Formats: sequence, structure tokens, C-alpha cells
Amino acid sequence: MTATIALTGNPNAGKTTLFNFLTGARQHVGNYPGVTVERKEGTYCDDERVFHIVDLPGIYSLTAYSMEEVVARNYLVHEKPAVVIDIVDASNLERNLYLTLQLLEMDLPVCIALNMMDVAKTRGIQIDVEKLSKRLGAPVVPMVARHGAGKREVMVEAEKLASLAVPQPGLKISYGPDVDETLDELNDVIIENGFLADTYPSLWVALKYLESDEQVMAAGSKANPSLHETLKKKVHRLSEHLKKTLDTYPEAVIADYRYGYVKSVCSKGAVTLDHQNDRIYVSDRIDQVVTNRFAGPVIMAAVIWALYYFTFAVSEIPVSWLETLFGWTGELATSWLPQGVLRSLIISGVIDGVGGVLGFVPLIMLMFFGISILEDSGYLARIAFMLDRVFRIFGLHGNSVMAFIVSGGIAGGCAVPGVMATRTLKSKRERLATLLTVPFMNCGAKLPVFALLVGAFFSTKKALFMFIITLLAWAVALLVARLFRSTIIRGVSEPFVMELPPYRIPSFRGLTIHTWERTWQYIKKAGTIVLSISILLWAMMSFPGLPDSETDRFNHMRKQVLEDHQTKVNQGPDMLKASSGSLKSALRVVDAAEAEAALKHSLAGRIGTALESISRWAGFDWRTNIALVGGFAAKEVIVSTMGTAYSLGDIDPENSEALSGKLANASNWRPLNALSLIIFVMFYAPCFVATVCISREAGSWKWGVFSMGFNTLFAFLLATLLFQAGSALGF
Amino acid sequence: MRQMRKNQSGTISAVTAGGKLGRRIRDMGLIPGARILIRGRAPLKDPLAVRVTTFTLMLRNNEADFIDVEVD
Repeated sequence: MTATIALTGNPNAGKTTLFNFLTGARQHVGNYPGVTVERKEGTYCDDERVFHIVDLPGIYSLTAYSMEEVVARNYLVHEKPAVVIDIVDASNLERNLYLTLQLLEMDLPVCIALNMMDVAKTRGIQIDVEKLSKRLGAPVVPMVARHGAGKREVMVEAEKLASLAVPQPGLKISYGPDVDETLDELNDVIIENGFLADTYPSLWVALKYLESDEQVMAAGSKANPSLHETLKKKVHRLSEHLKKTLDTYPEAVIADYRYGYVKSVCSKGAVTLDHQNDRIYVSDRIDQVVTNRFAGPVIMAAVIWALYYFTFAVSEIPVSWLETLFGWTGELATSWLPQGVLRSLIISGVIDGVGGVLGFVPLIMLMFFGISILEDSGYLARIAFMLDRVFRIFGLHGNSVMAFIVSGGIAGGCAVPGVMATRTLKSKRERLATLLTVPFMNCGAKLPVFALLVGAFFSTKKALFMFIITLLAWAVALLVARLFRSTIIRGVSEPFVMELPPYRIPSFRGLTIHTWERTWQYIKKAGTIVLSISILLWAMMSFPGLPDSETDRFNHMRKQVLEDHQTKVNQGPDMLKASSGSLKSALRVVDAAEAEAALKHSLAGRIGTALESISRWAGFDWRTNIALVGGFAAKEVIVSTMGTAYSLGDIDPENSEALSGKLANASNWRPLNALSLIIFVMFYAPCFVATVCISREAGSWKWGVFSMGFNTLFAFLLATLLFQAGSALGF
Repeated sequence: MRQMRKNQSGTISAVTAGGKLGRRIRDMGLIPGARILIRGRAPLKDPLAVRVTTFTLMLRNNEADFIDVEVD
């Protein structure tokens, strides 16, 4: 069995770069159970050694406040990796060593990878590696992960550390007389009682009690309630004392002493500065323009538009290839399989389902690629910086903007990559609120519905309508987010404090690995679920089939048409040509009528008909209802299903003049019905693929189901209000 | 810290936040004794960007309220 090495370190310290260099393509991405933090694993091998490598999420500290920290800490405690490689940014040593110190406090076998030595050098920072190593009591290996320099040396040190028979002693530092006294007291009691001894080192438990760490204290109160109370009392006494004498908290004192210790480690020759460090870095100079009051927002709008254009324009090409491929497969199936249920299942259930899943792949790949560029270059943090003030009003985060834009904030996006784009959000509540509101945006699949209805009833004001529809989507999404944040996802926002990382040129290798792993995860996980739902929906729209008497009736009609044709042809040869044309269209009319009857007879049709008594409040007839039921699968289906329901046969959503004309002349369709339907389609349940993605990203099916239920009710309410108010006013 | 202007520098004298925010502020390196320089504000005046020795942080005005600074 190969030993496991865990990679840890601050965000932006080059952890992922090192991970990619160590494992190459031998890695896979998953999720930690129950949370949405990514779990990346891979294998390192050179000619002498093989290691299993786990890339832990980037963290600044080992408290239990953020999901990332809890995940990293649980991993280190419970899975006991043979070695922990701590990636430290040499150009940013003191803050990075704050985490190192906490790892050493946990008695972990730590090997320090001193990364970005080149950046440190250009900034005039000289580091005496040996001194540093001696003072910290852990091996230190200088490296430049971007070029892969030093990766072998790190692994050699890691191997040495893993083979040590006696674990190296943990670091014990002083936290000042007051804290030290209580710490020793707690430690003695903990050792005496073997409190939590099987999971954590005793001194660490004592330290975490002093820091009032929720997770450790919960474990303690479960393991031994009375001892837990004793410890809490002692901590309380110290807190009172510190409050009275120094007006501070134990955890603040501990943090101060940790930083003090780091300072002393770095002083006396271990780290020296060549010149004063107040100079302006390149990143600062870029920021003077890029986050400027006037130029900043303009550049940001351009960057966001470019990302959008890149994702959707470029993906059109591979998407059209995929469409051709699936169209061709469908034709192949049509010619090979006998007409009947099996053929219908293969074409409408399986091929359309697989096509539906894979159709999103180019979009998702390009979206991840684009966002990775923004993230790795450091620009994403600037977007958060500039937009935070706006989004905070609605209980969201500055970075929520990417998810909204990709979902259709610029009309024509797609909620599936939009939902996945929320991964860049680290704070839980803001992320959930974003996840649940991005489906309100106008994705590309809703646009044909709008085009149909606007074309039929408001054809003179197309541009104005699209503009209003886009604004309305933003307004509703943000207001609903606000509503969620003050009801079901209530709670103060996470501390915003975050790093404004220096600008960097992203590495192509990192970008492609990142993109591919996430896309593959989508295909694997979403794919299977979406396929089964697609088959289920196919069954709903095909069964139960028309009774024999009905089928006979349509067959009889066909026979009638053919007989009429025959009699005409018999009248004379010049009638042949004229009659063939009308024969074809007459047969098409019968086919379309049969399709309409079959749809109405199917389960979906029955649901649609049954719902008519409710849906007429919003002005929808049974035909619209069936189309909307189909829209649960994918919004693209709405137009074509309406075509079938209005017995026009198969309709191309991009070319729906026939249906548009039919609606404009239908007696039960007024412009008000169209408006009401537009509103409903904008806001009702996200399509199944998006729902599956929401469930996965939110970590629970509960949220997917909620999204479907809430959005549908909400949309119905809006549509009904509009329709009833409009009717009362005589529109 | 909220009152400080662009390019003003100083030394943090106290962090008065407790709980989650206090911990986060400390974890990010904003501790008493740290030298800071206000790098600027976002176009809408909030949040603000602060250089702390070798790195830059952004924080909201209402978070900066908990940080007392001895301005140079």
C-alpha cells in the first residue's frame, strides 16, 4: 500500500500548481461527503517512489469556521496522512507560517515547501533555509512550483519523514503566562482522563478549548459531559481574567503569541530584506487602472461581456457538431428500427436524453475555462472588490455576478454552467442564495418561447421587449435573493475580508486540467440522472397510447384520403400531379391530428387537462399546460410541444411562424395571455438538468425540489396577478 | 481604519471584534502591531483595499470599524 501525502497551505501559495506538477493527469476530483468542497486526489511517481497525494482546500488557519478549514482539519485528524506538505509562499512568509505553526501544534509530520523563491528574490527577500528549518523543527525545501523546480527534493524529504520510526515531537510555544498556566492545567486534566485521546493530541484539545472551538467542544461534550463542563469552567475563569486585566479574549492572545513566535522565527538572520519594502509592486500599478473609479467598471463590463461571448459564441461550433451527430444517430435509428414503442424510446428518450446531457458539455468546458482564467489571473477578486457594494444589498457576494451573467444575465446564457459557476463563492449563505436565483435569468432555451409570443402579439416592439425582459429577470432574481436571505437562508453574511491576490499569468496546463476534471465530473454525475429523467418524461408524453378505436379512426381517415386520391387519379392522368401535392399535405394533417390526440391522451396530456381548471387563472389552456409540463425537461421542448398540441406536427423552435400565426388568430389568445405566459416561463421551475446541478451544488436534493416547487408557485402567482389585473382593466 | 484616506499608512493598535469576524481578521494577518497602508477604495467607496506588509487584503467598511489604527 502506498503512503498518503496531504498538500496544504494558504490560497494563492501555489498549492494547486504543485499538485498538478506532482500528479500530472493522474488525478481525479470529487466532493467531500455532504459539503461542496472539492476533494482532489492523485498519484505521484518517479523512478524510486510512489505516493498517493491529496490536495486539501486552501486555508489560512485551522479554526472550525469555514467549510474549507473543517474539511482540511478533519482530514488531517481522522485520515492521518503519512506526511503533510505545507506549501508556503516565500514572498509572503509571516502570514503563511501562521498556518504552519498550527500544523506543528497538531503534532503532524510537516514538510515545508518554500514556494515562489523567485518572487521572494526579486522582492529582495533573503531566506536562510537551514535556520528556518532548525527553528521550526521541520524540513524546509525551497522551490519554484511554476517551473516544477524542487518538486523531486520535496518528495525526497517527504519520503524521509514518512519513514521515521519515531514521530517528530510537536512544537510547544508559549502563549504568555496567563494562558500558559491554564493551558497546562487543562492539559493535565485531559491526559489524566484520556479525554478524546484516541482522536486528538491532548495539548491541542486544551488549546482548542481555550479558542472555544465549536467542533472540538461538541465532540468533548459528547465524549465526557462532566469533564467538558470542568474544562469550560476553567476556560471561563481565564476569559474573565483577560477581559478584566487586558480587555481581550483568550483566542486573541493565542493568535498574538503565534504571530509573535513567527516573527521571532523569521528574525535574527533567518529572513533578511535587501531594501525597504514600501515599493509599489506591478500588481499595484495594474490595480491603479483596473480598479479605478471610472476605468474600473468599464473594463469590468468589457471583461464580463468577453467571457460571455467566449462561452456562448465559441461553443456554438461544437454544439452544432453534436446536434448533427445526434440528428444523424436519430435518423440511423429511424431507418434501422421498426416503427413502434422501442423506436420512439430510443429516439425520443435515449438519444435526445444523451444529446441533452452532452449538448451542455462545450458550454460547461468553456465556462470553466474562462472563469479559471479570471480566477487564476487574480481578476475575479477584483470583480468581487468592485461589485460587492451592489450585491451586498441583496444579501449576495460580489462574485455572484459571474453566475448570474452566465445563466442569462445577458439574455441567452444557460443556468447549468451558471449554477456551476457558483463554485467560486466561498461563503455558504451567499452561495446558496445565488444558486437558487440564477435560474430566473433568461437562458437561451427560453428565448424561442419569447420570440414566438412576442412575434405573435407584439411584433412591432421586439427589441424593447427583450430589453424589458432582461431587466425584469435581474430585478426579480435580486429581490428574491433578498427575500431568501431574510427568510429561509437568514443569517449574518460571512466575514468578507479576503485577499486581493497579486496578478499572475495563468498556466495553460493548470487551466486545462481544471476544466477537464470539472467537465468530466458533470458528465459522470449529472449524465446518468438526466438520462433517466429524460426517459421518464418520454414515457409520460407517450403513455398511455391511444386506444385501438382511436388509432383505427385515424387509419380510416388515411384510407379515406388515399381513396379520394385514387378516384381523382382515375379521372385522368393530368389530375395525378395536382393530387399528389394535396395528398401529401392531407396525410400530414391526419398525422398531426393523431399526434395531438395522442399527446392529449398521454399522462402529460391528462395532467395538462386536469390543471386547466387552475391554470386558467393565469390564462393558460390545456395545450399550453402540456407544453409547460414538457418544459420541465428542457425549455426547448415548450415550443415544439405546443406545435404538436396545436396539431401542426413537429415544429422547429427556431422557425415557428406557423405556430405564431395560429396563436395570433386563436380566439382564446389575447396579448394578455401571451404576457402572462412569458412571465410564467421566465420564472417557473428550472429545467431538469439545472435542477440536478442545483441539488449537487447545494449538497442536498432538498434544494433541488425546493427550487422546482418554489419557482413554479412563484411564477404562477406572478402570472395570475398579471392576468387577473389585466383582465379587470379590460385588456 | 474606516476614516483613513488613500495612501495613508499606520500601525494597527487594536482589533476589537470577537467571534467569527475577529478570528478571520486575525487569521488574515491584521493584528496589533501590523503595519498597514490604505491602497484605495472600490468605485462605490466600499470595500477598501489594504496593504499589510507583503500582501493586500480587501475588507468592508463595517469590518474596518473594528480595527483601530495609529496613523503615521
